[in-house]
Amino acid sequence: MEMQGERLIEASRNEVWTALNDPEVLKSCIPGCEEMEKTSATEFTATVVQKVGPVKARFKGAVELSDIVPGESYTISGEGKGGAAGFARGGAKVTLADQDGGTLLSYAAEARVGGKLAQLGNRLINGFAKKVAADFFDRFQAVVQGDTPEAEKADADAAEGGDAPPEEQKKGWLKRMIS
Amino acid sequence: MPKDQGIGASSKRREDVRFLTGKGQYTDDINRPGQTYAYFLRSNVAHGKINGIDTSAAASAPGVVGIFTAKDLEAAGGVPCGWQVTDKHGEPMKEPKHPILAEGKVCHVGDPIAAVIAESLNQARDAAELIDLDIEELPPVIDMRAAISGGPTVHDEAPDNICFDWDFIADNKEAVDQAIAGAHHVTTLTLTNNRLVANAVEPRCAIGEYDAARDEHTLYTTSQNPHVIRLLMGAFVLSIPEHKLRVVAPDVGGGFGSKIYHYAEEAFVTWAAKAVGRPIKWTADRSESFMSDAQGRDHQTKVELALDENGKFLALRCETLANMGAYLSTFAPCVPTYLHGTLLSGNYTTPVIHTNVKAVFTNTVPVDAYRGAGRPEATFQLERTIDKAAREMGIDPVELRKRNFIAPDAFPYQTPVAVQYDTGNYGATMDKAVAMADLDSYAARKTASEAKGKRRGLGIASYIEACGIAPSSLVGALGARAGLYEAATVRVNPTGNVAVMTGSHSHGQGHETTFAQVVAEMLGCDEANVDIVHGDTAKIPFGMGTYGSRSIAVGGSAIVRSVEKIIEKGKKIAAHLMEAAEADVTFADGQFSVAGTDKSVDWGTVALTAYVPHNFPHETLEPGLEETSFYDPANFTYPAGAYICEVEVDADTGKVDIASFVAADDFGNVINPMIVEGQVHGGLTQGLGQALLENCVYDENGQLVSASLMDYAMPRADDMPSFGVDHSCQTPCTHNPLGVKGCGEAGAIGSPPALVNAVVDALSDLGVTHIDMPVSPGRVWAAIQAAQN
Repeated sequence: MEMQGERLIEASRNEVWTALNDPEVLKSCIPGCEEMEKTSATEFTATVVQKVGPVKARFKGAVELSDIVPGESYTISGEGKGGAAGFARGGAKVTLADQDGGTLLSYAAEARVGGKLAQLGNRLINGFAKKVAADFFDRFQAVVQGDTPEAEKADADAAEGGDAPPEEQKKGWLKRMIS
Repeated sequence: MPKDQGIGASSKRREDVRFLTGKGQYTDDINRPGQTYAYFLRSNVAHGKINGIDTSAAASAPGVVGIFTAKDLEAAGGVPCGWQVTDKHGEPMKEPKHPILAEGKVCHVGDPIAAVIAESLNQARDAAELIDLDIEELPPVIDMRAAISGGPTVHDEAPDNICFDWDFIADNKEAVDQAIAGAHHVTTLTLTNNRLVANAVEPRCAIGEYDAARDEHTLYTTSQNPHVIRLLMGAFVLSIPEHKLRVVAPDVGGGFGSKIYHYAEEAFVTWAAKAVGRPIKWTADRSESFMSDAQGRDHQTKVELALDENGKFLALRCETLANMGAYLSTFAPCVPTYLHGTLLSGNYTTPVIHTNVKAVFTNTVPVDAYRGAGRPEATFQLERTIDKAAREMGIDPVELRKRNFIAPDAFPYQTPVAVQYDTGNYGATMDKAVAMADLDSYAARKTASEAKGKRRGLGIASYIEACGIAPSSLVGALGARAGLYEAATVRVNPTGNVAVMTGSHSHGQGHETTFAQVVAEMLGCDEANVDIVHGDTAKIPFGMGTYGSRSIAVGGSAIVRSVEKIIEKGKKIAAHLMEAAEADVTFADGQFSVAGTDKSVDWGTVALTAYVPHNFPHETLEPGLEETSFYDPANFTYPAGAYICEVEVDADTGKVDIASFVAADDFGNVINPMIVEGQVHGGLTQGLGQALLENCVYDENGQLVSASLMDYAMPRADDMPSFGVDHSCQTPCTHNPLGVKGCGEAGAIGSPPALVNAVVDALSDLGVTHIDMPVSPGRVWAAIQAAQN
């Protein structure tokens, strides 16, 4: 599935670009991201907890930045393996342009799932992927603009019961029911 | 006055006592001492190269007993296919290896890659999550047309993804082409027979056990044919001789074809039980069933029917793409060929017929026989096309069929597609269905529907099927790698009660009741004195199993033959007891009598004497009263009938409601009318489920997206009308001793075209000429919009 969107961010293009390349910013903006480590200039490893319909899983995988045109655009892509839940893959081409009042960030994202996620969650995947993409850029906008309270709110929304310790989440009853 | 027992009585199903009180003994109910649990790590991708499998972390996980991959199974064979089709060039079909665990590549979502055995199922699952798979994803091929048009290759052995390209009957091709070219009218229809998932209520399960002291293997499994599994697995996969391998298929909760086949999981638990030295249980969960049970149907067909100005059928040409999935399942090649091409004459006198079938490999779950198997596909093609022809030519659909029916005095009737129908009366079942459906008042019902804002449609369909599978010489010539006879042993115990060991497995059909009725009728005894034993290779002499509506026609006939031998033996014993000539002894109502005298001995005396003889002439009369028969049918049986469906369609939403459905079937003689009616109800519901609701869907990446009962719509009671069922039109089979034809699949064969014909009828004035199954609201609505634009 493919998704597009844009955000007008009240910050300079340079500020937005810097944030787009900051692992701490990315970590706080990727919904459900528990860990993120930079392994090279353009690569990160990440652990993300996501819940799609009845399937909740911890995805471990890699995030990569490519097609980098400094200050203008890049593609951020990731692939995560969720064990018995299957896999998720996605990417977004992000483009920045100067605009009155700040920087216009446009994105064209696509996502793909496999395994149990596709089998049980397919009806929900389109809506889910749109929500994840929108959440990411909402948070990003909030972080860059310094509206942290909203980012935290979005994080709480996305995690949905995310205050349980990770191990308990993994062994949640729902996952046992559907796995 | 209906009989209260024996042939023709609606005896209550004795097996229901245990099924309805929770006392059934299914495979998963069995637990063996020291049992472990297997979990299969399956492919998440439809097509990929396995670059590495790292099981080291998983191996040290809590509770793990063993982890196995393909390299551990190098000595084992692949899962074999039971049929070979020879293509139009005289070449055998392409038969790529179907390994127990994936060897170097994965070919569909659900392909098993590794198996983890642990003390508990949850430990096995948790350990499987620690297996590090390095799979390089390859582009998959899902669509059959893409597969044969240069799409990615599933198996190197079949670079064009064609398993076989089959012409039937090749010699008819020219005549068919000429007839179509010169015909007054040709009706053409392109259609899809949707892919289905059987979804038996009991998922598959297998327990492997090995007794090292005796070097004996036991497999408990959810199978429709335990002897076939023993033969295929023992001889071709694991090299275990029969005397060291017992296969038990206890109570089985529905099969519908999907439990005929030999599956990798059965072979694995049998093999691994020896490797780990403990029993191993594997039970599929529902999601796993969706991606590991063989699926059904999935044909794409173009049909051309040539007619003269009076509507007489002149020729039929069909071209089909049949999806095999990623590997050849046990029966897969025969479904689109010998169970499909041979039925294209239907109930009609079409003089020349030609079909081409291309069997196609795709990166999807293997496809095999599903209730009806090939015959529903043939019937749907024919009956949809005839319906379209009737509309195009302005001939009533009942009348058009009647003009082309094989006349009742034309039997035996040799069709142009290899089979010879022994008996039938298709006009009689059609007349019966028309009367049951009360077509005289259809116009009033249509008006009443319109008053409610609904469109009413009327759908007619006839069907014929080839059942009683199968005459061994014929199917051998057609490529079956085994004969399809059936075996039965009848053992009379010393006090006169009877045990029948039959190779026909019962998994919902009610054999334990029906077969006892046959034996009781022949022996003049109470049904309660007859016990039916099935499902265990240690107890049964042999068995080819239950499928293709064969149990009563073939398995029942084997029982009849054995009972006949028992009666002959009983006559010898009675003659000895009465000091009479054997030729003078008659048997009736449980008494052996000497003709023309008042001398007689009863059944119990003969049975007891058989086991406690004191002065038998041992040269000519052995003790004991037990006989075995192997019955090989001379021909298929040909159940046939006519079905009429009325629907109401809401044109605003596309929702179809089945207003009424009547079925007039000719099953030949009927043993238990109540059980037959139940079989028809089940068949109709499965057929109507296919037509209205069910659809197995893969996305373009080969992900199975209809893999739960939330996404795959099974029919429910409130989707179905109250069926009108009749089986009073009876033309008994001429070549089996019971005159029976079989009833298990009929409903699933005849009902889909009846329903779709009705929906198209309701919408025909809007310009709708065809809707592919399932006729879901979205498809119906879209068809209406497309026709109007």
